[in-house]
Amino acid sequence: MSLLGKLSWSALPLGQPIALAAGAMVVLTALSVLALVTWKGWWPVLWRDWITSVDHKRIGVMYVVLALVMLLRGFVDALMMRSQLALAAAGAPGFLPPEHYNQIFSAHGTIMVFFVSMTFMVGLMNFVVPLQIGARDMAFPVLNSVSFWLTAAGVLLMNLSLVVGEFARTGWLVYPPLSELAFSPQVGVDYYLWALQIAGVGTLLSGINLTTTILKLRARGMGYSRMPIFCWTALASNLLIIAAFPILTATFAMLLLDRYLGFHFFTNELGGNAMMYVNLIWAWGHPEVYILILPAFGVFSEVIATFAGKPLFGYRSMAIATMAICLLSFMVWLHHFFTMGASADVNGFFGVMTMIIAVPTGVKVFNWLFTLYGGTIRFSVPLLWSLGFMVTFVIGGMTGVLLAIPPVDFQVHNSLFLVAHFHNVIIGGVLFGAFAGYNHWFPKAFGFTLHEGWGRASFGCWVVGFYLAFMPLYLLGLMGATRRMQHYDERGWQPLMVVAWVGAVVILAGIACTIVQLVVSIRTRDRRRDRTGDPWNGRTLEWSVASPPPAWNFDSPVVVNGRDAFWTVKNGQEPEVVDASFATTAAAAPSPGRAGHGDGADAGDPAAGARPEPSVTVPPPSAVGVVIAFFAVAFGFGMVWHIGWLALAGGLGIVATVLRFSWLEREEIVVAPEALARSAMARPAPGGAA
Amino acid sequence: MTVVPSLAVLQSGVLDPQGPVAASQRLILFNASVIMAAVIVPVIVLTLAVAWWFRAGNRRARRRPDWAYSGPLEVLVWSVPLLVILFLGGIAWIGSHELDPRRPLASEVAPLDIEVVSLDWKWLFILPRAGVASVNHLVVPVGRPLRFHLTSTTVMNSFLVPQLGSQIYTMAGMTTELNLRADRAGVYPGLSAQFSGDGFSDMRFEVEAVSEEAFAGWLAATAAEGRPLDAEALRLLERPGTTGRERYRVALPDLFGSLVRRHGHGAMPGMAASASAPSHPSHSPHAASP
Repeated sequence: MSLLGKLSWSALPLGQPIALAAGAMVVLTALSVLALVTWKGWWPVLWRDWITSVDHKRIGVMYVVLALVMLLRGFVDALMMRSQLALAAAGAPGFLPPEHYNQIFSAHGTIMVFFVSMTFMVGLMNFVVPLQIGARDMAFPVLNSVSFWLTAAGVLLMNLSLVVGEFARTGWLVYPPLSELAFSPQVGVDYYLWALQIAGVGTLLSGINLTTTILKLRARGMGYSRMPIFCWTALASNLLIIAAFPILTATFAMLLLDRYLGFHFFTNELGGNAMMYVNLIWAWGHPEVYILILPAFGVFSEVIATFAGKPLFGYRSMAIATMAICLLSFMVWLHHFFTMGASADVNGFFGVMTMIIAVPTGVKVFNWLFTLYGGTIRFSVPLLWSLGFMVTFVIGGMTGVLLAIPPVDFQVHNSLFLVAHFHNVIIGGVLFGAFAGYNHWFPKAFGFTLHEGWGRASFGCWVVGFYLAFMPLYLLGLMGATRRMQHYDERGWQPLMVVAWVGAVVILAGIACTIVQLVVSIRTRDRRRDRTGDPWNGRTLEWSVASPPPAWNFDSPVVVNGRDAFWTVKNGQEPEVVDASFATTAAAAPSPGRAGHGDGADAGDPAAGARPEPSVTVPPPSAVGVVIAFFAVAFGFGMVWHIGWLALAGGLGIVATVLRFSWLEREEIVVAPEALARSAMARPAPGGAA
Repeated sequence: MTVVPSLAVLQSGVLDPQGPVAASQRLILFNASVIMAAVIVPVIVLTLAVAWWFRAGNRRARRRPDWAYSGPLEVLVWSVPLLVILFLGGIAWIGSHELDPRRPLASEVAPLDIEVVSLDWKWLFILPRAGVASVNHLVVPVGRPLRFHLTSTTVMNSFLVPQLGSQIYTMAGMTTELNLRADRAGVYPGLSAQFSGDGFSDMRFEVEAVSEEAFAGWLAATAAEGRPLDAEALRLLERPGTTGRERYRVALPDLFGSLVRRHGHGAMPGMAASASAPSHPSHSPHAASP
């Protein structure tokens, strides 16, 4: 094998104009961003404050930025697919040949699920959860940085396939035997597998980190029944990550063994069985959709309560429903392949189990409705997204229950009806939730609010575009149109396909509005400063600190006396437990007490208050995440192209970096008392914002 | 684009069933949709109405800023979805059994056995009793139950004729089973509903339902005029690529069985055929073609 493995000049898409243009655009964009950063001299700041930052807020922001960038790429794929199908009717070939079209829908699904929905939700949880539970940071701040950079490494590897080589042509879940070497000898599937293996490790580590943070770092007095509902959904989602992602990693590892070392887990030959892969991938895949949607439910719960000016209705029901969904999501995977020939008993069982999930979900919808009832509702952008969600999501829920009826699924399985259904719940649920959260917490992250008008325009375009793009697909599915087709014979389908294309263009306008909203907001930020730290009259602890919060989040340990911890304090309601109240603790200048990183929030710490320690500490920046990611990309690229020395160097580099970090003595940075005092002065006393 | 042809287009797929299976499926689809619409339409209307009524500027709205719990309402919000789902769950369970693809259709006439093989990227239909085969075109008699046995010599595909009913996967080394019937003469489009590679979009076929006499005539004509489906013809068929319609008389013994056994789990050393998938009888290698 040569020094460059399978890599040669033919890996560049020189003969395919569309692929070449796409690749060139990506390279040029990346180069111009790098040039801009260099020219402006931003590298030191970028390196110190962002790339090596272990602050959960900055890492959360970076996750969201990554998700937004990938949303653009994933949407370009979507627009190309819709254009192809609007054209390729009744013998017309369209403009994308199958070998290119097949890569596009595979990349679209992979990007939108793993690198947009997932990344966006992880970013929101990263930013919000520690603030909501009164913690100084995540349980493992450096690990948090490693998680983010591994995700970014996966993104980079996947996008490399646009320029060097090709992506999988197999659909976003690479079903064997199609994805086996016998049928997909090219590097596309390898890019898919290595990119997701690397990003998957990051996701798993992030899941462990967030779960630990929620379980161990809650402020004094914040029992589980006082946790903001977003933290409940984050807990459920991260428990699912811990339980489900190892399945994904193991499944991909088996497929990799098939492809690289001639194993026969899923091949047609020698006792391999593709049905095993299909079961395993959905044993991960179904929990995955709840990993995405549960945090979105949490966002809507926070937003609806805040903008109705009311506590969330039926808090306990909401928490129970969340955990019920968390458990049930592991018992329904077979509904993704009723058509694989299981017995009527098996299909019937999984059909009924699937429908049962609709019960806790229905409970949530009713509780949001009752939260609105009797409120004083402000129609700000986050609330608009939430209302759009409530209306849209129940439609997706209904078609989901239809698909859960095996005999109906026998008809519409894999059809455009299915495509419409999962876009209905993922756009109408996850993406709307992401945008609600983005508009809601943006002022907390950056200290100024987003422009309302452009936000409304973006919401309007997305909603209208969504209905135009996907309602026709429901109909087309019932008419017999299947997914992943590159052309079709039926001229009668074309008008509906054109309507769907118009919908995609309207969504494009929505995305443009989002970008304009961001630009306009930044340019007018001086007029839209949030000086109170509490622009929405919020209910939870993140609104009790300045916007943006200091690196250490809370100047002194937080004590919580009830649900909606900040709201009760602001409104001077007598807390149920009379203790060192939050108001006095929070308003005081650096107070005695053990306030070290993370420990300050440790409930029931016997040392608290007894041993005077002078100051608050924050962990120093660490380059370990970005260095590991660098080696991970080298490793992945080496494996994809069978470049042995590069893969080996990448692998050894990762091990060496981890070992080096493990033996590194790192002093926490002590926050100067003056900085603390300044921070306490800058923040208005609780209650002042009400 | 006028309204009239747009509506005519709706008369296709499961919306225009031509057999008992598809007709039952359309009925379940409509029933379940109506039942759920009875809940979700009010929810949608209430959501918008409540949000608008309690807008900050409405002076007539009575605010209840601390209202966050109500026992009776909690019972209601859990029981309404539960009742709906109990009802729909019953439909799912019964439907799953009554429309089990393997379940033979009640009929006075003996079913017609049809063997289906998905190739890259075409469909091979074998009528074993008559010893004829066709590619991308299936002729069947109206009113007679059709008993399909399906496999693949390559990647996974899914056999679907929307107007007749259920789809089922085709997988190498395994057979699946499907029972359908065409109640009216006509030509019904069929397709693969499981992505299978570059030629996937052309894996279309037509099912032509004709009278018993016409069917017998077609069989006789095909047996007389069809090209022999021998080892060489099979090799050409199996080359990846798309193709139009073909007619054959089968010149290979137990063609379907041998294609299944080529990848069959029974071929594994030391493993009995029946042990490969004991709980899924339909997945065990096809024992013998009639």
